[in-house]
Amino acid sequence: MKTSKPATNEMQAVEQTIGKILRWGVIVAATIMIIGLLLYLMSGSLGVATHYHVKNFFELLQGLVTGKPYAVMMTGIFALILTPVLRVVVSIYSFYREHDSLYMVITSLVLVILLTSFWLGIEFHL
Amino acid sequence: MLNSIVIMLGVGVLVGILGAILGIGGGMIITPVLTLGMGLDIKYAIGASLIAVIATSSGATIAYLRDNVLNLRVAMFLEIATSVGAIVGALLTGVLNPIFLYILFGFLLFFSGANMVRKLWGKNSDQITHTDDKIAKDLRLNGSYYDKNLHKEIDYGVTNVPTGFGIMFGAGVASGLLGIGSGAFKVIAMDTFMKMPLKPSSSTSNLMMGVTAAASATIYFFNGSILPQIAVPLALGIIVGAAIGSRVMQIMPTRLMRIIFIPILLYLGLQMILKGFGVTI
Repeated sequence: MKTSKPATNEMQAVEQTIGKILRWGVIVAATIMIIGLLLYLMSGSLGVATHYHVKNFFELLQGLVTGKPYAVMMTGIFALILTPVLRVVVSIYSFYREHDSLYMVITSLVLVILLTSFWLGIEFHL
Repeated sequence: MLNSIVIMLGVGVLVGILGAILGIGGGMIITPVLTLGMGLDIKYAIGASLIAVIATSSGATIAYLRDNVLNLRVAMFLEIATSVGAIVGALLTGVLNPIFLYILFGFLLFFSGANMVRKLWGKNSDQITHTDDKIAKDLRLNGSYYDKNLHKEIDYGVTNVPTGFGIMFGAGVASGLLGIGSGAFKVIAMDTFMKMPLKPSSSTSNLMMGVTAAASATIYFFNGSILPQIAVPLALGIIVGAAIGSRVMQIMPTRLMRIIFIPILLYLGLQMILKGFGVTI
């Protein structure tokens, strides 16, 4: 069924690893979102003022400590946003393990661009 | 409250299935449901669409990675173009008049829709190229996947890498500037220009969409355009739908995928051209 070219096998190993870690990322994000949704259903409100929105990580943490459904759901969403980033980080490690230096550089470049955009988003609210 | 949660879960499952099969984000389904159906501000619809794209991408990619359908090297290489494009697009907001972009991208969608019609009725529809261009060879972009519909391993080459890279950059600019999921453009760049088969094109687009969307997600996360009571049930539904869609796509005939894709491309193209002329549908 599968071709036995070494290059393909190497790629398959990389893809399997990334797939496994990505699955855990999605499970964690979904679990937090489900907990948040249940809290919201049980309390019947988001636990924050109307038109409130979280402006930084500190506020998110504060809301989380006080168990506000809004903060728990937003944390789940943030975990979901991090899954593509996780995927890129794991790819770099996998390419390193497979001694594929060209793609280590390419994937690292993608990560740098991604982190730059995160920083731009948080600092300047583009 | 329970009502809207159930609706969002249901919409999510549908969007997840369709998005995973075609390699597109679900913005064009979610936005009308939220704005026209539920009377929500467009700002929140865009925030929800963005989360939907990431949920579709991560949900579908799990299956495509396991079954070895997508092309990780192509994804990573082209991701440079889309993520830089996304940042450029975000920076250009307010500087560039989006009218021209809407019209330009609208025509590109039309062109690709027509091209897909040609592939559908042409004699050698979905002929696979085995010759890589020089850049593709240097970057080892060629790949293979097991087609669960044809029951055989399909090897393919990749050509026109610079053109594909350019379209991807444009797709990134469009997603940053217009706030659209640019999955359709990503599939076009790979399927139409780089001559990749449709299944790896769609699954690779799914992988890439998540990274492009993540690049602008923190902006939306902290500026208040994400309503968790909408986005959370939507995302949960999508994760389930994408898991289903990514399995269905692999056993689907490529022809059927095109038959679903063509009207969507034409509709999107029409929508963008009209938007360019100031009409919103």
